[in-house]
Amino acid sequence: MDYVIEMLNIRKEFPGIVANDNITLQLKPGEIHALLGENGAGKSTLMNVLFGLYQPEKGEIKVKGKPVRITDPNIANDLGIGMVHQHFMLVDRFTVTENIILGKETTKGGKIDIKKAEKEVREISERYGLAVDPQAKISDISVGMQQRVEILKTLYRGAEILIFDEPTAVLTPQEIKELIQIMKTLIQEGKSIILITHKLKEIMEVCDRVTVIRKGVGIGTVNVTETNPNELASLMVGREVTFKTDKTDSTPQEQVLEIQGLNVKDSRGLGVVNNLNLNVRAGEIVGIAGVDGNGQSELIEAITGLRKSESGSIKLNGKEIANMPPRKVTETGVGHIPQDRHKHGLVLDFPIGENMVLQSYYKAPFSNKGVLNFKEIYSKAKKLIKEFDVRTPSEFTLARALSGGNQQKAIIGREIDRNPDLLIAAQPTRGLDVGAIEYIHRRLIEQRDQGKAVLLISFELDEIMNVSDRIAVIYEGEIVAVVDPKQTTEQELGLLMAGSKRKEAGGENHV
Amino acid sequence: MSNRMKNIVVPLVAVLLGVLVGTIIMIATGYNAGSAFIALWNGAFGEIYYTGEVIRQVTPYILAGLAVAFAFRTGLFNIGVEGQLIVGWLAAVWVGVAFELPKFIHLPLAVLAAAAAGALWAFIPGLLKAKFKVHEVIVTIMMNYVALHVTNYIIRTVLSEKSDRTEMIAESASLRSPFLEGLTDYSRLHWGILIALVCVFIMWFLLEKTTKGYELRAVGFNQHASDYAGMSVSRNIILSMVISGAFAGLAGAMEALGTFGYAAIKGGFTGVGFDGIAVALLGGNGPIGIIFAALLFGSLKVGALNMPLEAGVPNELVDIIIALIVFFVAASYMIRILIDRISKKGVK
Repeated sequence: MDYVIEMLNIRKEFPGIVANDNITLQLKPGEIHALLGENGAGKSTLMNVLFGLYQPEKGEIKVKGKPVRITDPNIANDLGIGMVHQHFMLVDRFTVTENIILGKETTKGGKIDIKKAEKEVREISERYGLAVDPQAKISDISVGMQQRVEILKTLYRGAEILIFDEPTAVLTPQEIKELIQIMKTLIQEGKSIILITHKLKEIMEVCDRVTVIRKGVGIGTVNVTETNPNELASLMVGREVTFKTDKTDSTPQEQVLEIQGLNVKDSRGLGVVNNLNLNVRAGEIVGIAGVDGNGQSELIEAITGLRKSESGSIKLNGKEIANMPPRKVTETGVGHIPQDRHKHGLVLDFPIGENMVLQSYYKAPFSNKGVLNFKEIYSKAKKLIKEFDVRTPSEFTLARALSGGNQQKAIIGREIDRNPDLLIAAQPTRGLDVGAIEYIHRRLIEQRDQGKAVLLISFELDEIMNVSDRIAVIYEGEIVAVVDPKQTTEQELGLLMAGSKRKEAGGENHV
Repeated sequence: MSNRMKNIVVPLVAVLLGVLVGTIIMIATGYNAGSAFIALWNGAFGEIYYTGEVIRQVTPYILAGLAVAFAFRTGLFNIGVEGQLIVGWLAAVWVGVAFELPKFIHLPLAVLAAAAAGALWAFIPGLLKAKFKVHEVIVTIMMNYVALHVTNYIIRTVLSEKSDRTEMIAESASLRSPFLEGLTDYSRLHWGILIALVCVFIMWFLLEKTTKGYELRAVGFNQHASDYAGMSVSRNIILSMVISGAFAGLAGAMEALGTFGYAAIKGGFTGVGFDGIAVALLGGNGPIGIIFAALLFGSLKVGALNMPLEAGVPNELVDIIIALIVFFVAASYMIRILIDRISKKGVK
């Protein structure tokens, strides 16, 4: 038996597009096999074909050498294929065990035998080192733990082949490390894994082989030991990709944002930003490095007026903006690329064109005496779509229909076009592929070079290191250190982010 | 099939299915379905008098449908249209009997009073929703009962001396039109239909063309993004309810100033406000759709009255057919899948 799964020359069409064309993927037993491609390249389609959600127009699927027809997910389950979805399919109010047995309940005299199920779940959890509490409620456990419940679900159903769909997109760096360990344990226990991802670092770290697809076409399969991230990136994108963002040294000018002694409480009333000081000057990018949940979100919300600050001052160009309503803050000159583009950045059920004027619809020329001027709105939208390379059928397409990268480009275009003095970019490249990330970084640096102040918040250290001119490390709501990206290392940043305070003497201390 | 086409075809199929199942029920219960439908048609369009009555019935349906649809488009479910209609009715009658003014002041005043009363009645659930996140469905249902009993009390003790109805409103506040009545063989058709059609235009213009409408729609779709964009979510929720309530109040004015000319003690709800939910649903919450849906329900309601006389079929059957239509519209997902299957086969 050479391969546990073979997908040979798969072709899948949807009305108007070919999502998969002649893709071949062969999974060896006991390997971690990466499926690499940009957003919209057809990775999910291919996996949905394997999982029985779509029927291919052409091609053959073999499981352990035998040709099979997988017409629905139950057949995939019976064949030992399990999928760990990117968006978890869990019932929040159920316990871990209840979620795992859902649809496969063991009953005793008509009643669910929860004791037996819990025992089984505990056994599997221990065997694979998942450390999941079978009695915990889903709503009480962390995202990383919820993902392990998804893994348990597939194992409980006897999966031999596990498909992980972008598993690290939602995890913190620490959780990613743990997940990688779990994947290695799974392999040792005889499972095989397909890892869908566009993160090259992860592939280099855990995978044995990688199959690359680009725009629905299979590009080929390579051994990880015989390749490098640069080669993979150019295979995926179809052109050379630079990882090190080119930029000149910054020439900071006058103070634009000046935060002093800021205190902010979160929704539960706990102080999450504590006596925070931070300055951002025109012509520089200040990156805020920190583990998720150290007050980054609340800090941004306080600056942009979405959250009340308890005390302290936030000055923009010398003007106090603390506790101003969001519209006033926007008008004073703040642009904001929000962390969650679906929740805050866009009205998904509006056409992309109407989304382009989300903060300026009430101003001329987009409206006159309270009546919208759609001609102006859509011509502005058309211009931005072109300028920021937003790939959309038209400006009338609903924002919902666009891919994540294009939605993000639309938001960035909108915010930059308003020409703010301070641009806040919160996780601007989350979930995007290499090409889009490169583009967005270039745009941010371009803004800096035009003399804007840019505040970048990211959980990705690479991004912080590459793009920032100064790095401010946030820990428990405080800026604990400000460092020069050229003189620091990931290790040092990691330590600072974990709370080992370092107060350096000299001018760098006070930001 | 394009989405636009589907939005038209789906309600049509729902109506057809409703009629079809209604036919089966009639046959199963031993009635002659053919003569029942002929009687229904004759009762709605057989004579000019009936057609006048249909248009009269359509008038409050349009306004009630607009009220539901407006709230719905901004993310709110206004079940309180019935109550807002009742207080609008009362307010219009009150102004109609209490003053003696020239017509060009009195009539607009009575109409506006109804709109204001409906708006006020909807303002309360709007405020509670915006400030305390109390669900508008609960509050509006409750407010319906409050409206019913408070208006009954006012009619009995304030607007009459322990009588079960008020006096007739002054001629100067009436929407009645001898011209329209004469045109339709003395039906109760009145000028209200023009007000309803103007309101259809107002709803469309307000929602689709103005900055306020842009805000209302944005808040309806995504409150977080609206907040981020600097719109006041709570103010827009209240405004949406107030406008919705004003439409509902106007529906009440149609009954008060047009059809009846007085307000009477009610043993129960008029049903027009609730039918408005069905009208909005069938009409896809769009202005043009609402006109057609109101026309359909109006003719069914009026035509049904003829069914016992001409065909010996109880007119409750029409209520069943209306219920079936609403059911099939609500289950339109099923119809959409059906259409997709059929059109796919057609291509192959």
